[in-house]
Amino acid sequence: MPRNKPVTSVGDTVFAGVARTAALAIMLALAGVFVFLFIEGFPGLSAPTDVYRPAEDFLSYVGPLVFGTIWAALVALIIAVPFAIGIALFISHYAPARLAVPIAYVIDLLAAVPSVVYGLWGGLALAQALKPVLVWLDTHLGFIPLFVGPASVTGRTMLTAAIVLAIMIVPIVTAISREIFAQTPRLHEEAAMALGATRWEMIRLAVFPYARSGVISAVMLGLGRALGETMAVAMVLSATQVVTLNLISDTNPATIASNIASNYKEASPDRQAVLIATGLVLFAVTFAVNFAARMVIARGERKIAR
Amino acid sequence: MTTTPIEPELTGIAAGLAAPRLPRIAVILTAVLALAVSGLLALLLGWGIIALLVVAVILFDIGLPVWSRIVEGARYAADRLTTCLVYTSFLVVLVPLVWLIGLVLKNGLSAISVEFLTYSMRGVVGEGGGIYHALMGTLLVTLATAIISVPIGIFAAIYLVEYGKGNRLARTTTFLVDVMTGIPSIVAGLFALSLFVIIFGPAIRIGFAGSVALSLLMIPTVVRSTEEMLRLVPSDLREASYALGISKWRTIVKVVLPTAVGGIVTGVVLAISRVIGETAPLLVVAGATDSVNMNLFSGRMMTLPVYIFQQYSQPGIVPHDGGDPPGYARAWGAALVLIVLVMLLNLIARIIGKIFAPKTDRRR
Repeated sequence: MPRNKPVTSVGDTVFAGVARTAALAIMLALAGVFVFLFIEGFPGLSAPTDVYRPAEDFLSYVGPLVFGTIWAALVALIIAVPFAIGIALFISHYAPARLAVPIAYVIDLLAAVPSVVYGLWGGLALAQALKPVLVWLDTHLGFIPLFVGPASVTGRTMLTAAIVLAIMIVPIVTAISREIFAQTPRLHEEAAMALGATRWEMIRLAVFPYARSGVISAVMLGLGRALGETMAVAMVLSATQVVTLNLISDTNPATIASNIASNYKEASPDRQAVLIATGLVLFAVTFAVNFAARMVIARGERKIAR
Repeated sequence: MTTTPIEPELTGIAAGLAAPRLPRIAVILTAVLALAVSGLLALLLGWGIIALLVVAVILFDIGLPVWSRIVEGARYAADRLTTCLVYTSFLVVLVPLVWLIGLVLKNGLSAISVEFLTYSMRGVVGEGGGIYHALMGTLLVTLATAIISVPIGIFAAIYLVEYGKGNRLARTTTFLVDVMTGIPSIVAGLFALSLFVIIFGPAIRIGFAGSVALSLLMIPTVVRSTEEMLRLVPSDLREASYALGISKWRTIVKVVLPTAVGGIVTGVVLAISRVIGETAPLLVVAGATDSVNMNLFSGRMMTLPVYIFQQYSQPGIVPHDGGDPPGYARAWGAALVLIVLVMLLNLIARIIGKIFAPKTDRRR
């Protein structure tokens, strides 16, 4: 007897159902993040004034934190990106082929070190080692607003935190950039070389234009990571509620994440709601950055496809 | 053996046509010179070895391009400069890695003892005490996280590759997984906190809440790696199985998954190694305690990362004879144990990847 219906069995239905449930569970989980954060954080947007001490309302409370978050991430990015691109080029175009893979693995090791260990290292070792550097910056470059000082005596400054953050985002930016550098069409590179270009001219003419959008998105993903990083900042900075560009003094703005981590313990329910509300703000900021990064990637892919 | 000597005039012409280049030995020569000059300066001004090396590298990075500029011209000088900078950036980034690993090994090894690994911090004032409670907590929380995340992650990936095929649910899921990878870890912690506070009241701190928070961070990595592996399975294999009249789910279980199992397991182990070091969510929802708690569903639970943070932020009193407070040594010891755990997981992932990867080829 001919059978026109596709073969199905109970197992098929169950299996497909389980798979679909798993996909739906992810959707539910993410919806849950929004809903629960909103339910618990909403009272924090308009709590009594004394909950926000030393600030007065939510905006003046979260303002310095947002500034601190973005400032720390930006400084980290400025330090990290040149190194990350340099290493990515080193792995994709400069290192001997036999060394490239182990070197890439070593850089990935940087990403495997837990953030709390970076915090420990930053707070106990790097801060100590940076003290003379901070004094030097204060005396010689004190005219720049970034280094007006007075130089910190503990070494736990915004600069220290930014360096630790930079080390943590270097592997991310490197990993994505090197993949994209390595994808440069071989013919473009060889054409540049055949025209007599030096290796640097070849990279400038063939590799960079091809990789631009990929590198931008890599940098933005690194930015997203730096914005959300908690422990390294919480362990290095002793924070106060200030807005300052000064990188080397003892008074530093906190970041949203580090503020949550260092204040969750004392949290009265009111205070907890405020902290959760700041978490919502952080989520919104990182979401925007990541979303922009994906847009850049998508646009880049379309351009290459064309 | 005789070789035909090249006519002197010919080499002369060739040398005239080719642009002058630095000799091969130039790089080594510059390096030696830079080291010598900075060594001399170090001797005269009393610098340490670090300052000496820093100055040597800077001198080298300036010296070689300048020499090249004089002999070879601007284009080659730019090339040399970037080559120098690229190598330098690699060396500079190695510094913190080596420094950190060296410090953790040095301070951690002196802290680790049998007592350190088998005692909790219950009733410990001053020196002594250990990480047993934190180690158990980390293992339990991570295990629970894996039990939650691995099935959801793998089945979601199966849905994306085998069932969804670009329909709306699949596209939404892919997008949401992207969003999830970008969730800051502390926000995941706050989510679990909100969830459990709503259900159990504001004072709730249990290990399982930590697992829920970590799952939020682990699921997207599992989905991503599994999806990638499933897409690598050639569709010939699936079609061959269908042609034999095998139903779809048995094809997935018996053909697709076994082919991709190496990559999937590697991805899962790497995802575990990623979440095992997460601190912020556990700090918020699992709390901290000094005693052993083996029950995920009741009471605060200590984990290694939180232990490190606690010992660092409340290190105890500085001993009379000076030196570091006792908490720092315990923090370094715990950091060493944590790094060893992470590296072990990474190693296991690589070994599994190696064992399973060429399987299809070997059978042929």
